[in-house]
Amino acid sequence: MARIDVIMPQMGESIVEGTLSRWMKRVGDAVKRDEPIFEISTDKVDAEIPAPAAGILAEVMVQEGETVAVQTVVARIETEAGAVAAAPTAAAPAPAVAAPVPAAPAPAAAPTAATPMPAAPAAPPPTPAALVKSGYGGVANPAAPAAVTPALASAAAVREAPGANGGAETAEERLRRKSTPVVRKMAAEHNLDIGSIPGSGLAGRVTKNDVLSYLESGTPAAAALAPPAAPVVAPAPAPAPVPERVVQPAAAPSAGAPKVEVWPGDRLEPWSRIRKLTADHMIMSRRVSAHVNSFFEIDFTRIAGIRARKKQEYADRGVSLTYLAFITKVIADTLRKHPVVNAAVSGDATIYRRDVNIGIAVALDWGLIVPVIQHADELSLLGIARAINDLGERARSKKLSPDEVQRGTFTITNPGGFGSYVGTPIINQPQVAILGVGAIEKRPAVITVDGSDTLAIRTMGMLSMAYDHRVVDGADADRFLKDVKSTLQSFPESSA
Amino acid sequence: MAEVTYLEAIRQGLFEEMERDPNVFCLGEDIGAYGGAFKVTEGLQARFGERRVIDTPISEAAIVGAAAGAAHMGMRPVCEMQFIDFISCAYDMLTNYVATARYRAFLPCPMVVRGPSGGYVRGGPFHSQNPEAAFLHTPGLKIVYPATAADAKGLIKSAIRDEDCVLFFEHKYLYRRIKEEMPAGDHLVPIGRARVAREGKDLSIITYAATVWKALEAAEQLEREDGLSVEVIDLRTLLPMDDEAIVATVKKTSRVMVLHEDTVTGGIGGEITARINELAFEWLDAPVRRVAAHDVPLPYAPALEDFVLPQTTDVVRAARWLAKY
Repeated sequence: MARIDVIMPQMGESIVEGTLSRWMKRVGDAVKRDEPIFEISTDKVDAEIPAPAAGILAEVMVQEGETVAVQTVVARIETEAGAVAAAPTAAAPAPAVAAPVPAAPAPAAAPTAATPMPAAPAAPPPTPAALVKSGYGGVANPAAPAAVTPALASAAAVREAPGANGGAETAEERLRRKSTPVVRKMAAEHNLDIGSIPGSGLAGRVTKNDVLSYLESGTPAAAALAPPAAPVVAPAPAPAPVPERVVQPAAAPSAGAPKVEVWPGDRLEPWSRIRKLTADHMIMSRRVSAHVNSFFEIDFTRIAGIRARKKQEYADRGVSLTYLAFITKVIADTLRKHPVVNAAVSGDATIYRRDVNIGIAVALDWGLIVPVIQHADELSLLGIARAINDLGERARSKKLSPDEVQRGTFTITNPGGFGSYVGTPIINQPQVAILGVGAIEKRPAVITVDGSDTLAIRTMGMLSMAYDHRVVDGADADRFLKDVKSTLQSFPESSA
Repeated sequence: MAEVTYLEAIRQGLFEEMERDPNVFCLGEDIGAYGGAFKVTEGLQARFGERRVIDTPISEAAIVGAAAGAAHMGMRPVCEMQFIDFISCAYDMLTNYVATARYRAFLPCPMVVRGPSGGYVRGGPFHSQNPEAAFLHTPGLKIVYPATAADAKGLIKSAIRDEDCVLFFEHKYLYRRIKEEMPAGDHLVPIGRARVAREGKDLSIITYAATVWKALEAAEQLEREDGLSVEVIDLRTLLPMDDEAIVATVKKTSRVMVLHEDTVTGGIGGEITARINELAFEWLDAPVRRVAAHDVPLPYAPALEDFVLPQTTDVVRAARWLAKY
């Protein structure tokens, strides 16, 4: 038998007090768990508050009409938690489940045991989950652990996360909450808050060894009672070979990313492998390279004409002739003359690539992939157009082989395909430059005909290039782009 | 004392029991003059005569049936299946008749059915099976599957002396590959008791038969390369299963791999995992992980057999995952 506290819940961030408007049960009434026992009204809502545990309503400290601060104890429920706890223990087949419930009542353990399980992240919280005052602060009785059954211990172990922020739990908390049976058992035995123990398992999971070393380090009870909001320092996960189905360990939460709440109705979707790889690569590239951008406007009118005339011929050969093919062809040829843009950085040295292998970013429904046209400078326009078609198609049908996404020396991305005027791409490491192709469309432009300027309708488009200023200076990049521009604008029809 | 192979250890056990008890006799295909397909019974007929080492027709049902009758009459028959794969021909006799005889009619069946089992020998689908799981489900049978020579001897002797039917699986890959000195005297290993093949504290591998050796190899490698301390439990007897030993190792390491050579679905690994969940759930720090053969008939082709059966590298990989969890 034990008494547990029923408290005035916090019904929202800014709510500091609530008015108990009506008791729905009287002292001496039997209450079921989750059965409404009183009503409250606050500045924002009126709500029925459910019982945190089954038992008898033993004491009422706040009368109808009284306004009290949140967290105030308004009533106590006499539970049979002790007996309830004993039953599963005895019934459990485990030969080693601990000693029988000690004769001495373990009042402190009971509130923990009766703590409602936290609502699932997406479930609309009828009320903040934690109606019980202080899970851990109360569990001070060293006799208690023996009576704590695994299930109850797990309830104890998980309650800190949702309780900490009034309902929803963060993604990190959700992962860390997935503690294993032995960890929950040990945490219950030592009154530990699992969330405050540095985790070394997958995704920062707290393992048995983590608990043991935490206990050995001599910071048990005091630290355990620290607010769960205390920053969690997780050691960087060691890169260990893990089976495919296992999510790679998350980057150390200590990286400074903010903890983010999941709001009711939100959908929390763990990253796919490709999303995780992309995210890590983008951050890494931003950190590693000194990104600078140059922008050139290109007059594609000549190429538009060639394309219109040759389109059918290419289509007959099963190839779609795109602006991207022209651009790739010209880039491949021009890179030969500007080796510093076709390079990589290794430590304090620049690697000038012998080969010109051009990666083409392909947007897929499930992410981004960059197949590579090997030796692009040795291909005709037709060969390049065919390679772009082929790689893109096989990227979409997931039929690329691993070596077809490797050994790129320069990358082209085509945000213009989706209508963007221009973009500022992130370099695909370890390359030193990436070209972004903006939308190609008819725009007014000033041209000179027979010595006089005139306004004309031309097919125009922007090229932007992000380059690594550690090795590519502005002059290098602009000379390269100037060559690209003039070659594109004078593209020989005989080459198409 | 000279080292004795696993195969020779079984022969010694048979020999000693036949010397000790005139009711013990052997029957099977080509076990007499020829000495058995793997020569386990070589020399027994010369020593004990044709009435105690009997060549039978090719009918496993008849061998087991005849043995059951003899056992009812107070004899202690030891049946050889030329390959354990053919025990399925005697499945009806064993499960419907032998396993239920004591319950149905107070008829004791103190008999042993033994035979060469298991793969890693390029034997293909009919000469590589591990049918233990098919019998694990039958109350009334006992199943023994030793991994060491000393256990093979001590367990065949205990099996012959047992008052009920014992299926004694011998791993043919181990027959001549492992050897050790035999304990002196009347060496008996109790049925129903597992053995700690290697002590460890970080994770446990529960296994039996040939994969005990894979587990030990993996444990060596994991200690060397990862600094992991791996415990290896050799079950030795599969039925009745040694729950005490299983629970003890779970409590010790909290991370458990169940490893067997038989196919994974419906294999003994599932049973062991279920027992761990029931008996020691709250000591687990990671899910119990099964490593076993793929669910396919065992191929002949060496590369394919290697792929299908669990190898040391598979054990190492799974152990790293478990240790990291």
